[in-house]
Amino acid sequence: MNQKNRSLVTLEDLDKEKILHLLDQAAKFESNPNRKILDGKIVATLFFEPSTRTRLSFETAVNRLGGRVIGFSDAATTSSTKGETLKDTIMMVSNYADLIIMRHYLEGAARYASEVSPVPIINAGDGANQHPSQTMLDLYSMKKTQGRLEDLNIYLVGDLKYGRTVHSMLQAMRYFNPTFHFIAPSELQMPEEWKDYCRHYGIKFHESTEFNEDIIADADILYMTRVQKERFSDLLEYERVKNTYILHRDMLCKAKPTMKILHPLPRVNEISQDVDESPMAYYFQQAKNGLFVREALICNSLDIQI
Amino acid sequence: MGKSELLVAALQNGTVIDHIPTDKVFDIVNLLKLQEMKTPITIGNYLSSHRMGRKGIIKISDRFFTDHEVDKMAVVVPNIQLTTIRDYEVVDKKSVTMPDEINGIVKCPNPKCITNHEPMLTRFFVTDKECGSLRCRYCNKEITRDEVKLL
Repeated sequence: MNQKNRSLVTLEDLDKEKILHLLDQAAKFESNPNRKILDGKIVATLFFEPSTRTRLSFETAVNRLGGRVIGFSDAATTSSTKGETLKDTIMMVSNYADLIIMRHYLEGAARYASEVSPVPIINAGDGANQHPSQTMLDLYSMKKTQGRLEDLNIYLVGDLKYGRTVHSMLQAMRYFNPTFHFIAPSELQMPEEWKDYCRHYGIKFHESTEFNEDIIADADILYMTRVQKERFSDLLEYERVKNTYILHRDMLCKAKPTMKILHPLPRVNEISQDVDESPMAYYFQQAKNGLFVREALICNSLDIQI
Repeated sequence: MGKSELLVAALQNGTVIDHIPTDKVFDIVNLLKLQEMKTPITIGNYLSSHRMGRKGIIKISDRFFTDHEVDKMAVVVPNIQLTTIRDYEVVDKKSVTMPDEINGIVKCPNPKCITNHEPMLTRFFVTDKECGSLRCRYCNKEITRDEVKLL
């Protein structure tokens, strides 16, 4: 948290105490999501890159708290197409809004915006870099379903090379003594720099290219991500592995009954439809938790306590 | 008295850049745009050195460097020694080390980094002073000394 103006750019800025505090706040919002505590506040949602899911979640959060929303959902309709700098756009909008929630296609855009903006910035995703509200809702979902964040067995499956959500999770979970299992095709394995990160913080991890019922039997959390064709330099390799990292219902036969399946969504085919009916499927509730977490993040940035 | 020390002593006013790795001498020349200067400059290379075996040295008359220029040198060539001479006297002698942050010197190699699209300063954290590795404050891209491109 940037203490100067209460921006949220990356979870790296939050210490353990702050993360737990925000999760507690989110739980209060879950028990009562409708509170008129943003009366008179205007929140701008600046989406330089479309992201319907994230934008709707943030805007719903503002609306349920009684605030008003201004903004845009597509940069094509803004002055940035005329060559206006990000700084100028931020300065202009900060004349009107108490808080700016921003999604941008360039990496580091949120950090820069937080440096030039007189009002707080919440990063709703900056390119492949950071997406802190997604990570917070992942943490909230894990804590809610497992009753704790400490000592969890977390299996990350799919694209571990490019997926920013899995990298952010490593950062956020470093306080909670997790054991990670990285399950990915050889082309999309966890990058060495992130394994170094784990070693630096004493985070335990195991790696595997195999994905089956025996491998995941010990999981508390199964975090699925999408294996995208365009990530492969070798399309033959893609064809070979594309069906390997799909979760089917029968693969859950040996799983712990308390295990939960998470996914940042959108899903394509990496979780087959028959899994949806399993009590272990949690990805839709996970997305719903995003509302409560974002209510907590918005109030925190506006320095409103509940 | 060694040859390189004689060269230092011969300078009335200016700066001596010493302990330059032999393959970095002309990087320093380009970095400081010494080829455009109109004051006397002596460039020596493959001189004997107790510490380095062989080294380069550059002696520049009537030229003193700003902190920004010193930081630039530190990014490209670590552990060089800068000696400031005034009126034939050594008034300052220091090893150039990497600062904790490098601002407005290095270009971020990530084409999707905000710093390559906005009129703004680049800022890098120095993550390893020995290896000279840097991390972009904005996009978090890590770069090694060999990948560094100056603005």
